[in-house]
Amino acid sequence: MKGGSIELIGVRKAFGPKIVLDHIDLKVEPGESLVVIGGSGTGKSVMLKCILGILPTDSGTIRLDGTDLASASRADRTELRSRIGMLFQGGALFDSLPVWRNITFGLTRGRATNAKAMHAKAVELLAKVGLDAPVADLKPSELSGGMQKRVALARAIAAEPEIIFFDEPTTGLDPIRADTINRLIRGLVTDLGVTAVTITHDMASVRRIADRVAMLKDGRIHWEGKVADLENSGNDYVDRFVHGRADDGETG
Amino acid sequence: MNALVAFFARPGRATLGALASIGRVALFTLRALGAAVRPPYYFGRLIEQMLIIGWFSLPVVGLTAVFTGAALAQQIFVGGSRFNAESTVPAVTVIAIVRELGPVLGGLMVAGRVSSAMAAELGTMRVTEQIDALTTLRTDPFEYLIAPRLIAAVIVLPLLVLVSNALGVMGGFLIGTQRLGFNVTSYLATTRQYLEWDDVSSSLVKAAVFGFIIAMMGCYHGFRSMGGAAGVGRSTTNAVVSAFVLILLANLIITVLVFGT
Ligand SMILES: Nc1ncnc2c1ncn2[C@@H]1O[C@H](COP(=O)(O)OP(=O)(O)O)[C@@H](O)[C@H]1O
Ligand SMILES: [Mg+2]
Repeated sequence: MKGGSIELIGVRKAFGPKIVLDHIDLKVEPGESLVVIGGSGTGKSVMLKCILGILPTDSGTIRLDGTDLASASRADRTELRSRIGMLFQGGALFDSLPVWRNITFGLTRGRATNAKAMHAKAVELLAKVGLDAPVADLKPSELSGGMQKRVALARAIAAEPEIIFFDEPTTGLDPIRADTINRLIRGLVTDLGVTAVTITHDMASVRRIADRVAMLKDGRIHWEGKVADLENSGNDYVDRFVHGRADDGETG
Repeated sequence: MNALVAFFARPGRATLGALASIGRVALFTLRALGAAVRPPYYFGRLIEQMLIIGWFSLPVVGLTAVFTGAALAQQIFVGGSRFNAESTVPAVTVIAIVRELGPVLGGLMVAGRVSSAMAAELGTMRVTEQIDALTTLRTDPFEYLIAPRLIAAVIVLPLLVLVSNALGVMGGFLIGTQRLGFNVTSYLATTRQYLEWDDVSSSLVKAAVFGFIIAMMGCYHGFRSMGGAAGVGRSTTNAVVSAFVLILLANLIITVLVFGT
């Protein structure tokens, strides 16, 4: 499988007077793993939602595999979305449906068809994210936060997309579980050639997952480079972020 | 000069705000109608919504109708006796129930139950990003969430109102025959004699319109929820209040159109 490319040119997004994304230029090559880092509330999640076409941008262009999602026809948009997976920061599981129907929702497009095969498929995907088969029949509300996150991850990869977005995949997981997820994401990129964009605050995840790292700050890509260059980026803010040092007088 | 501007600024802003809301509701309604007529259709979800809106509203709608019909018959009797018109009880009761009280009270009761529940459910789905998730899973939220609710409400409300009308008339019949001394056969005969097809059809049209309003207000306010649990609470209140007001307004318009000439 050959993953798709992502391109953002001059993307701007404001909520009322508040400019969240000022001018974003970013490019992700097919089969590449990009990790986006940046302080809380800097607009990382908003950027992913703009790329997915969930939030409209104010200006600029976003292309997925060369196609502009915003101006694409309904049919093209649906086709394009079938090649994209998304893990939401909060999981966003459908709480009216059992876990197995959540996981296979994209395959059946919300219908209860082919139940037996779909249930088996869900159990298979649960194993990949380190969850046991009985979880398949539970409701999302019966799971811990970390389990919900992993079920949401299973849902994001179920349709074998070429481009996958992960919004904080390891937040709320213990270090061992987190490592399972990091390996899974890295495996998707290395073994299956998926294009991955991951948001994370966890430096262990960054090192495990990333080919390239982009730092978002003040509505722009503040720094961008290979993961190997992260330690000696020559950028003071990146240095502080990587080593978790607050500036004098900086208050969250 | 500044004072003058300030004097007009407030009502001006309010007017613009109201116009913007009307525009938003109109656009939302058009999108919902588009989703309702265009495939894919989710029959399972439609049936589920028909049960939630219709079946589970039966007790509250039925009780409301019986009590109201009974009280109405009693009042018409008391009022009518002042000018020797006690015999109008069956006729006035059936007309008042079928034309006005059956559909309006039924609509309001269902709005209280259903608009709020829809707004709360969809609002929670909105603030927990479940609606965004639907989109990324190639499922149009308007087709999956709104169309089944809209169609179900428009189908089910007329059926509920038929029940409401029947039980309302029965409430009047019970008071009339058990307390007010009417003869069973003549009460039923008078009721049948004064009930016209226009009464029933206008009642059903009202019910369908009310169903549309109930689903649209629940869905619209639910979809616009933001700001966590407090936001969902506000949406729920707004859904019920706006559904109530719109139902009463629509009722007035239909009544004037059908019976006003
Ligand atoms: N739907 C929205 N309406 C208004 N403001 C929003 C909305 N979504 C996000 N924001 C604001 O945009 C900013 C960036 O949010 P987000 O992208 O979630 O941050 P993060 O980088 O932590 O993921 C925040 O200040 C948030 O308040
Ligand atoms: Mg975020």
